[in-house]
Amino acid sequence: MEIEAFENPSPIAWCPGCGNFAILGAVKQALADMGFKPHEVILVSGIGQAAKLPHYLKCNFFNGLHGRALPAATAIRIANTELPVIVIGGDGDTYGEGGNHFLHGIRRNANLTLITHNNQVFGLTRGQASPTAEKGFVTRVQTHGVFLTPMNPLAVALALEAPFVARGFTGRARHLTDLIKEAVAFEGFSLVDVLQPCVSFDHVHTFQWYKERVYDLEEAGHDPGHIDGAIQKAREWGERIPLGIFYSNPEKPTYEAQSPVLSGGPLVDRHPDPKRVEKLIDSFF
Amino acid sequence: MAEELNIMVAGAAGQGMQTIGFVLGKILVRGGCEVFAVQDNESRIRGGHNFFHIRAGRKPVMASAMPLQVLVALNQESIEKHRDEVEPRGIIVFDSDKCTVPQGDDRLLGLPLEQMAVDKGGNRLFENSVAIGAVLAIVGWEFKRLEDFLEGYFATKADTAAGNVKAARAGYQWALERATKYEALQIDFAPSEPKMFITGHEAVALGALASACQFMSAYPMSPSTSILTYLAGKADDFDMVVEQAEDEIAAVNMAIGASYGGLRSLTATSGGGFSLMTEAFGLAGVMEVPLVVVEAQRPGPATGLPTRTEQGDLLFVLHASQGEFPRAILAPGTAGQAFYATIKAFDLAEKYQIPVAILTDQFLADSYFTEPRFDLSRVSMERHLLTEEEARGAKGYKRYLVTESGISPRSIPSAFGLEVAADGHEHDEYGHITEDREMRRRMVDKRFRKMKSLAREIASPRLMGHPKAELLLVGWGSIYGPLAEAVGILNRRGIPVGGAHLDELWPFPSEALSRILQGARRWAVVENNCTGQLARLIQMEIQMKPDRAILKYDGRPFTAAEIVEGFTGEMEEK
Repeated sequence: MEIEAFENPSPIAWCPGCGNFAILGAVKQALADMGFKPHEVILVSGIGQAAKLPHYLKCNFFNGLHGRALPAATAIRIANTELPVIVIGGDGDTYGEGGNHFLHGIRRNANLTLITHNNQVFGLTRGQASPTAEKGFVTRVQTHGVFLTPMNPLAVALALEAPFVARGFTGRARHLTDLIKEAVAFEGFSLVDVLQPCVSFDHVHTFQWYKERVYDLEEAGHDPGHIDGAIQKAREWGERIPLGIFYSNPEKPTYEAQSPVLSGGPLVDRHPDPKRVEKLIDSFF
Repeated sequence: MAEELNIMVAGAAGQGMQTIGFVLGKILVRGGCEVFAVQDNESRIRGGHNFFHIRAGRKPVMASAMPLQVLVALNQESIEKHRDEVEPRGIIVFDSDKCTVPQGDDRLLGLPLEQMAVDKGGNRLFENSVAIGAVLAIVGWEFKRLEDFLEGYFATKADTAAGNVKAARAGYQWALERATKYEALQIDFAPSEPKMFITGHEAVALGALASACQFMSAYPMSPSTSILTYLAGKADDFDMVVEQAEDEIAAVNMAIGASYGGLRSLTATSGGGFSLMTEAFGLAGVMEVPLVVVEAQRPGPATGLPTRTEQGDLLFVLHASQGEFPRAILAPGTAGQAFYATIKAFDLAEKYQIPVAILTDQFLADSYFTEPRFDLSRVSMERHLLTEEEARGAKGYKRYLVTESGISPRSIPSAFGLEVAADGHEHDEYGHITEDREMRRRMVDKRFRKMKSLAREIASPRLMGHPKAELLLVGWGSIYGPLAEAVGILNRRGIPVGGAHLDELWPFPSEALSRILQGARRWAVVENNCTGQLARLIQMEIQMKPDRAILKYDGRPFTAAEIVEGFTGEMEEK
């Protein structure tokens, strides 16, 4: 499949130079490389600049409420277990408003891919600190600078034994595309947290800032088969920032595999006969 | 012989009132009685004071009534609380080992319930059967009725069945020997057409299964949980997934997701949970994704009275969520109405691509009704989806195509090779975000054009009582039973009164109700709330004001007698 198949003429409302463009490109390239047709994938999102992404390519999409993409995506997946479901959100959307659903989405372990555009900032509402913002980040709301401990989404996901946890960077497009492909192909809940500098509101964590710090876990010889090692790597931040697959456990059974009903094929293709209710009605006599 | 019997089983939570009441009710229905049973529970798992009130008659009954003819008191508190409600010729069955009773009350029939269960049945837990046996002797029915029931009920557990039968027989014999003078407490055993004995929420759950609902997500909340529990127990056999969500927000967003994915889906909650769902209720509205929500009202605000009843959320649900969008609201009044309302809700949701709320409440949810067999031929399985032929003809599928009817062609993701959009922003015909003023106006108009044909689907108020009555009682939802009975009582007293019951509330049946109210000289609303929400809605929609409002908001349902009293007290002399 050619990447052009996923092109969509909608005008894009992102700031020039935004990392979102790189993520959009990587998503399209990954889907094309994997041989999907536009009607064979479903993108689900909430609200925020990142969450507009499904509008900018050709696909099935569900653009719902702020923070609520994961519950909707889980049920979309339950309706039809044959279509890959990719959830796209920003860090405020996914880890802030949607924090509870992030925890429980991981617990359910439906076969979803969650791609989070993580830039430590609320972009759409003009620059407040997100749950991942580092201490000291001064905004018009966090006037004394952020003094809360930033949320570490990878460590949280690992604490809940999410079976696929990875980090990408918009400055390494090919690597990001490959991560997305691995995540979509993975059977279970897969998280790809993407480092994406905000060109409008964050003048510390610039493209250059990340570029000087990121390194590839695979090249560094990291073994993604061990959760403790993965957690250790997830806690690494500062001078050196790891990218790649932190943890991968294909043995963890998915929601779909454990649901006795879903093992019988896609629900959407089945048409329960109302007449079957007669025997239940009998039980009320 | 009695025409009607009121039997109450009272005790502490966990003592088995529900079981005793259910078994008695079921046997009475099988014996040709009409039975209505209401449950009254405190918000606790064990202890406290609960009761199960059965009213059985030869004629249809749909509300509770007093006084009691039979009280089964499982503890001391129950005797004290309900003794005065038992009529002078009535009987109070109690555990003689556990309760002390006043001297000189010849209504008392004490038997060692637990001891007899141990001695005869071999298990303390069978004391319920001892009590049931005693009541059956009092109403004058053959023991075989109970024996057959217990054997069927415990069909897979022969030992349990045998133990219960022995315990029940002991209670039956005991009462038979001592309760010979209670002829006035006996009711005809006269089997008729078999009837269902079913609660309001069981009927909703059956309606959902009959509508081929394949997904339910909910967060447990009284009194809606019974729907979740019932469907979870049947899901595997009905190609259905039932998911307990992490909160109500997730529950409703899941239901919307499943619906977008192509399934008929349901969520259920109570007012507090619906407060959390309101944003997504609007999402379904603008996305035009079918959604069915059961809002099982309980007294609010906030936690209110968690196990009690009220009709307090009508205007809330009518206005729930920001912005403007079409919706439908149904408010069934009996188990039978609840079954058909649920079927209609699924059909309307898909036909008009709108959210539909079914307003129930604790009274309707947990009460048992006697109903004729539900008729599955009334189920519409029309999915109102784009056909393959239409899909082939479409050049560039527009999910939100602007149409004359306001209804756009709905497809499900991937079907016929099409990409399907769903968007909560204002959007263009393809479903992409737009801020274009003209498109915004066209989309709002498109959505609201549905209201015209949707309004024609709404049934006229159900009329009862005197056809040319100048005095009219108007109610909605679960008030149906008490209202119907009150109208009957007043007419029998020679006061020509009519009743109008609204079980389909939105779009508002303005024309039909105007006609009905114009024919009445005086009219009153009867509502289980404090502010007269239906009255306010009527004023808003058809600018007519009731002469009176008969309102109850103590957390308990109306009895017919209370409505009669409210009516005669406030209207008759005017």
